[in-house]
Amino acid sequence: MRAENIESQHRLDSFLPLTVPLFSSRGEGRGAGKVDRFKVFDLRGLLMVTALVTFVPVTQAKLNVVATTPDLAAIAREVGGDKIELMTMARPTEDPHFVDARPSFIVRLNKADALIHGGAELESGWLPKLIEQARNARIISAAQGNVNCCEGVQMLEVPEQLDRSKGDIHALGNPHYLVDPENAKIVAHHIADAFSQLDAANGGFYQANAKRFSDALNRKLPEWQAKLAPFKGQQVVAYHNSWVYFAERFGLKIELFLEPKPGIPPSPAHLAGVIAKMKEAGARVIIVDPYLSRRTAETVARSTGATVVEVTQFPGGVKGTEGGYIPLLDYLVNALAAALEKKN
Amino acid sequence: MTVLASSLGLGASALQAQEAGEVEQLKRQLQQMRENFDKAQREHREQMEALTKKLEALAAQPPATAAAAAAAETPEEPLSSPWRPSDPIRVGRGSAYMDIGLVGTFAAGGSTADDIEGGTQLGGHDPNQNGFTIQGVELNLMGAIDPYFRGNANVLFGVDSEGESFIELEEAWLETIALPGNFQVRAGQYLSEFGRINTQHPHSWSFVDTPLVNARFLGPDGLRNPGARLSWLAPTPFYSELFLGIQDSHGETAASFRSSGHSHGGHDEDPLPFAYRHRDNDRGVDGIGDLLFTPRLAMSFDVTDNQVLLLGASAAFGPNSSGMTGDTSTQIYGVDVTWKWKSPSAHAGFPFVMWQTEAMLRRYDAGMFDWQEEADAGEEAIIDENTGDPALLSRETLTDYGFYTQLLWGFRKGWVAGLRYDYVTGEKGDYEKMNLSYDDSVLGRDPERNRRWRLAPNLTWYPSEYSKVRLQYNYDDRRDIGSDHSVWLQFEFLLGAHAAHKF
Repeated sequence: MRAENIESQHRLDSFLPLTVPLFSSRGEGRGAGKVDRFKVFDLRGLLMVTALVTFVPVTQAKLNVVATTPDLAAIAREVGGDKIELMTMARPTEDPHFVDARPSFIVRLNKADALIHGGAELESGWLPKLIEQARNARIISAAQGNVNCCEGVQMLEVPEQLDRSKGDIHALGNPHYLVDPENAKIVAHHIADAFSQLDAANGGFYQANAKRFSDALNRKLPEWQAKLAPFKGQQVVAYHNSWVYFAERFGLKIELFLEPKPGIPPSPAHLAGVIAKMKEAGARVIIVDPYLSRRTAETVARSTGATVVEVTQFPGGVKGTEGGYIPLLDYLVNALAAALEKKN
Repeated sequence: MTVLASSLGLGASALQAQEAGEVEQLKRQLQQMRENFDKAQREHREQMEALTKKLEALAAQPPATAAAAAAAETPEEPLSSPWRPSDPIRVGRGSAYMDIGLVGTFAAGGSTADDIEGGTQLGGHDPNQNGFTIQGVELNLMGAIDPYFRGNANVLFGVDSEGESFIELEEAWLETIALPGNFQVRAGQYLSEFGRINTQHPHSWSFVDTPLVNARFLGPDGLRNPGARLSWLAPTPFYSELFLGIQDSHGETAASFRSSGHSHGGHDEDPLPFAYRHRDNDRGVDGIGDLLFTPRLAMSFDVTDNQVLLLGASAAFGPNSSGMTGDTSTQIYGVDVTWKWKSPSAHAGFPFVMWQTEAMLRRYDAGMFDWQEEADAGEEAIIDENTGDPALLSRETLTDYGFYTQLLWGFRKGWVAGLRYDYVTGEKGDYEKMNLSYDDSVLGRDPERNRRWRLAPNLTWYPSEYSKVRLQYNYDDRRDIGSDHSVWLQFEFLLGAHAAHKF
């Protein structure tokens, strides 16, 4: 009796449709308390049915996927193709650290089979409360549908010391890792693995798509690297420190920032220092994300003769990047190459 | 470890590879992974060597620092998991299973009013005196308890205007993580789900003080009590959630119900109780009707890509402690509207415009009360000047209403300008029409129900997400008392974990 109890408890926990073995075990009763046991099983059966009705969607046509940011969404689309229903929370032009926790997101998360997020504290200001309110066991952390894309990525700038006097730092490293195509491949594999587990029937489809995407990146990467190779070691100035992975991959130096510390607004004194350093290093390109102050960048550009280049980490953030991840990288590489070229 | 795990993963997927090109590519990746792994291993070794050197240096020091050396050795314990010197020693997610945060809120300023605490400023955490006020130092602990529940506790430390220290258990509850049927249960001590401000802790407010309508109807510290709350996310295409809370109806945080009067840090009760009845009707809990019920419906719509609208309707039903009959009750109804626009290219959440309004109606069933009983007990009694005897107050229903409306404009990163208008009033009750006196002074309109309003502009600067400085001016107008000016400067810091924001 006890053993059966534990067993069925387990089954209930994992929400598996095991109604049949549960009822068939009824015949193996040992005489005493038979009537009682009948009652217990009836109740359990009822619970099972309830669990089934609530948890297992009837003939699911498409995987219901929510992605936090448009870059993750773009890769999810590459992998999922038309077999997924996809919703993106952050808009390509907004700061991914500060997305409003709209109640409508709760509804989408409640129905989601998978939540694809960047992890590494990128969304920590707004996502956790939404997950709490969504009451969806499929997407809570540790669930199969919770796809934490930073797993396996070699994180850069992991702080030696957690000290907020250094600005808004991230304990797990710089979370803007997806502008490195090598990391995009890792993310695609994560997503393909998650989709295959959630929707085994289409597993081959997802894996093939991820492979096709990786292959495309493998073909493009040398091309991109060749385009930026002439500018190896050159200084590019950024507003916010979110380009370290890109710099690393393409041999650029993005070490000067208009912000004195991450998340701390530029002060005139700091900008004067940046201008002096830019002149010293001969840096004449400033990159600015759509949500950052272009005006500040232009002020600095005027005193240094630099060019301001609009960049984005998200497909759709800048005109011409709407097509997806590869068009985004095409844009970034071409825009930077053009600006660096102009300089020479 | 993760590098090893992912290279294993790659090894497994290599089995599936069919094309020679892919094998080649995977080999390359594997090679890279190996290099990464070697690099990581090298780093580990270097770091461990550095740590060993440090330990040796510490051990070589005189015994006075032996304790420090022992402290430095303690992290050796979890060496089975690859701890590195560069890893933070922190109490955070994954290491202590709990996020810990501490918010300290302080105010400085002054007012032309003589009765700031409980007079112009009704809230329990409002600035309460000329000079400095500790509005609260709140400790927040939160985390997952097990696969079934998450937990949260907010403990507030304070020093009141008399200089007495006090501790308040603001909230301490557990909540289910995934119940079937889109239900969620919260149980413990919690802020009742009524409107917008009531569920927020003081540091989340956009103004220095509690709105008048909240403080008057839901109490100086907000409506909160031990109980349980069931909520249900309705299967509508837009957000709609139903809440039903059941809580105790007595205690100092159930102001319009069976409150025994608000006592902050051991303060005495107000000398004249609400509606001039004594709040000593200790009827206990005999049935479900003696509990406090708070239903709420909230709905939200994305008006455009940049605009969000949130609508809510709340109510609170429960017994109150007025009179001598023990069958009197209170009903509070509220509606709230929140609208927010945020720029499509917002940086750190700015710029934005947010409008929020809450309106409430309270019907308070004031029981019959004979002040003769107090007089017989030798206590000071309210006197009916027409008869010269202790007053006999008859049973009546008192109707009060009020609202606040506030507009916030985040005009540039870190800067928010705000404006709030507060209005509360009560319909004149029978007891206010009587000619009553207490301690030889004529009573007239009940100051806890009389009409008053406030206009409060403010400016907030957030140097970062973890600190803020706010300057607010209050123009208060109270009928039968007059107008007052107050200026408050608020400053706040946040240490440790910062809970994610709800909308």
